[in-house]
Amino acid sequence: MTESTQLIKNTRLIDPGQNIDAELDILIINGFISQIGKNIQPVEGVRLIDASGLIASPGFIDLHCHLREPGFEQKETIATGAAAALHGGYTTICCMPNTDPPLDNEATVNYVKITASNTAPYINILPIGCITKKRMGVELADLFELANSGCVGFSDDGNPVSNSRLMFTAMQYISSFGLIVIDHCEDLDLSRGGQMHDGWVAARLGLKGIPAAAEESIVARDIALAEATGVRLHLTHISTKGSVELIRNAKKHGVNVTADVTPHHLTLSHKRIIQKNSDSLSEIAYDTNAKVNPPLRTEEDIEALIDGIKDGTITAVATDHAPHTTEDKACEFDTAASGISGFETSAAVLLSLVHKQKLSLNTLIKCLTTGPASILNQPGISGTLKIDQPADLVLIDPDKDSLITPSMLVSKGKNNPWIGQVLKGMIMATFYHGHIAYINDELRDGK
Amino acid sequence: MTTKTSKADQIGEDSLNKVTISCWRHRNILDLDDFSQDEISLVFEIADSMIDILSRKVKKVPTLRGKTIATMFYEPSTRTRSSFEIAAKYLSADTVSLDAAKSSVAKGESLIDSLRTLQALKVDVIIIRHPSSGAPYTAAEHLNIPIINAGDGCHAHPSQGLLDLYTMKRNLGSLKGRKVVIIGDILHSRVARSFIWGTRFFEVNLVLCGPPPLIPEGFKDMIGRLELNHVTVEHNLNKAVLNADVIMPLRIQKERQQSGLIPSIREYVQQYQLDQNRLYKAKPGVLIMHPGPVNEGLEITREVAYSSKSLIEQQVTNGVAIRMALLYLVAGGENK
Repeated sequence: MTESTQLIKNTRLIDPGQNIDAELDILIINGFISQIGKNIQPVEGVRLIDASGLIASPGFIDLHCHLREPGFEQKETIATGAAAALHGGYTTICCMPNTDPPLDNEATVNYVKITASNTAPYINILPIGCITKKRMGVELADLFELANSGCVGFSDDGNPVSNSRLMFTAMQYISSFGLIVIDHCEDLDLSRGGQMHDGWVAARLGLKGIPAAAEESIVARDIALAEATGVRLHLTHISTKGSVELIRNAKKHGVNVTADVTPHHLTLSHKRIIQKNSDSLSEIAYDTNAKVNPPLRTEEDIEALIDGIKDGTITAVATDHAPHTTEDKACEFDTAASGISGFETSAAVLLSLVHKQKLSLNTLIKCLTTGPASILNQPGISGTLKIDQPADLVLIDPDKDSLITPSMLVSKGKNNPWIGQVLKGMIMATFYHGHIAYINDELRDGK
Repeated sequence: MTTKTSKADQIGEDSLNKVTISCWRHRNILDLDDFSQDEISLVFEIADSMIDILSRKVKKVPTLRGKTIATMFYEPSTRTRSSFEIAAKYLSADTVSLDAAKSSVAKGESLIDSLRTLQALKVDVIIIRHPSSGAPYTAAEHLNIPIINAGDGCHAHPSQGLLDLYTMKRNLGSLKGRKVVIIGDILHSRVARSFIWGTRFFEVNLVLCGPPPLIPEGFKDMIGRLELNHVTVEHNLNKAVLNADVIMPLRIQKERQQSGLIPSIREYVQQYQLDQNRLYKAKPGVLIMHPGPVNEGLEITREVAYSSKSLIEQQVTNGVAIRMALLYLVAGGENK
């Protein structure tokens, strides 16, 4: 027997999809889960992995990331983005279509799929197609062709469809495929020129604000359109208290709407732009690594987002991994690109909420596994570790400290606001179909 | 004449007592939010000496001889730029002025790259004006030589804040209990922001007045969050100017109307123009200030702007003294 048989010993398996939270062993044969139980005896030739003290979870699923290829390979490639995702514990990632050319036609989608299978074979990369041609918001893309070529949802992401009639038609059309419409909710007239959340910090820094209403007005519109069309609507990177309330209310009234939130919107407020690591307001940072769209909001919004996760209004956490080059960020705040390169710090940042007892570990893992899986509703993407399913799983040390540095990030994007900080919690290994796609040095060396 | 040595002469001899500047701890001058009361007083004390120098027939002193001061302006400016350059020249520094808008930006050169080049050219101080809020902070993070912020976006204009405060103090003495009104586009005003920080030690009653889109909720929230207890907001100008000691209208940018923040210039004039009738509601000896350049007949009538109560020209002269003081402190060499 070879490497194709692996036995993970003494791990704490948390699999919300099967209501499991217990000390167990996991036997993997030929890439599939063969057995889960206590005291599984190693057979000869098995690769033993001592995971005592570690948590095992189904591999994470990310509904929203930017791999930048084709078109922006200086920021990220499918290969480097996939490697970063695996370092972050992700085994399934959905890539947004704002590439160049954008994913608005079958040929470009095929390019992504072929490049993914050639350069990043140990991860599921699921493309999201454009709603409109070239993401211009003028005419619909060939949506049926995109669905047939393997897109798992539709979005114009950063250029949301402003024309409500066009969005209505898109939702009507897509409702017959059963796929999701993913919207980045932003009223572009309200947000025009905005650099950060419209509040006291923006006033302090003399930066133009993006009001909460810029998001909430489109959340409200989309909910009305989803109710009218019956499409499965997914609102991504929700950032305000008002959005959470609108979605909660819509769900109560039976609208087919889901939502995700990012690790940064759950943990950082707009104050992060005024103060880097200290509490002194005078140390104005204008830190472009904290410039992101939607912007970091207020402490009150953060509490509302956490409450939204707790009561099931928000059922997924998505990274919105948005790598940029140093040149894109080392410049004036208002010319800097928006976005955070977040794959590799996601788990540790989210675990900080568990350490602070704001979220339970079980709820958090649900938002990284079964939550996004059921939003996607794709065959083979279950977010659980059932017997005979592909062994996509991750081993986590929830208490291990690591200092975040640019060089430890394998993503090309070093635009991460936690650089220079110590985060508690580390991904120790990521298995894709039983293959060890990432393993931390210490675990590999059996330390 | 020969027995009394003025502070001005001391500065002329570059021998200002080290003790007097011991409270100075700035490499850069980015904003007034991190100035202590002592530091502001020190700037004013040195500015007094500079005023003496400015009143001489020959205004040049050798204090900064051998120093090179660069002005890097990414935004059109005549007043601030010439004020800084004249201040540097009166202190015998060499000046080099780069019109960044025409040169480096047109070639696609980045801000940091342009400034690093200046640093490599061995200039001693860079004075920067930039349309992006925070740009001088980005610059300071990447450079080792002193940066003076001559205005960044809507954020800060520390030398203007100091000269406005200095002009008030020279005319009124103690500012305690004085009512000072700033009128206009507060949201987009770096002058107002720096003035708010500068006045916080002086127990003035500072009233901000303008239409709600130009003093929005976020701005009022900032006043509360940062405990700027000397600041209040009054949208009605007739109420704001009641019993005022000092009134400073800000230049209203025509772009504000184009971007829909005010319905029309006509309506702005009706509600917010400082004219003689509104002046009657203020204290009899009310003083008028304006950071310039003045839009005559828009935010202020010509007769008010050039009345005997107007300090507008004094502000310009004081601006040179304040900038001489700042250059002395930053490039003087005694306290590096």
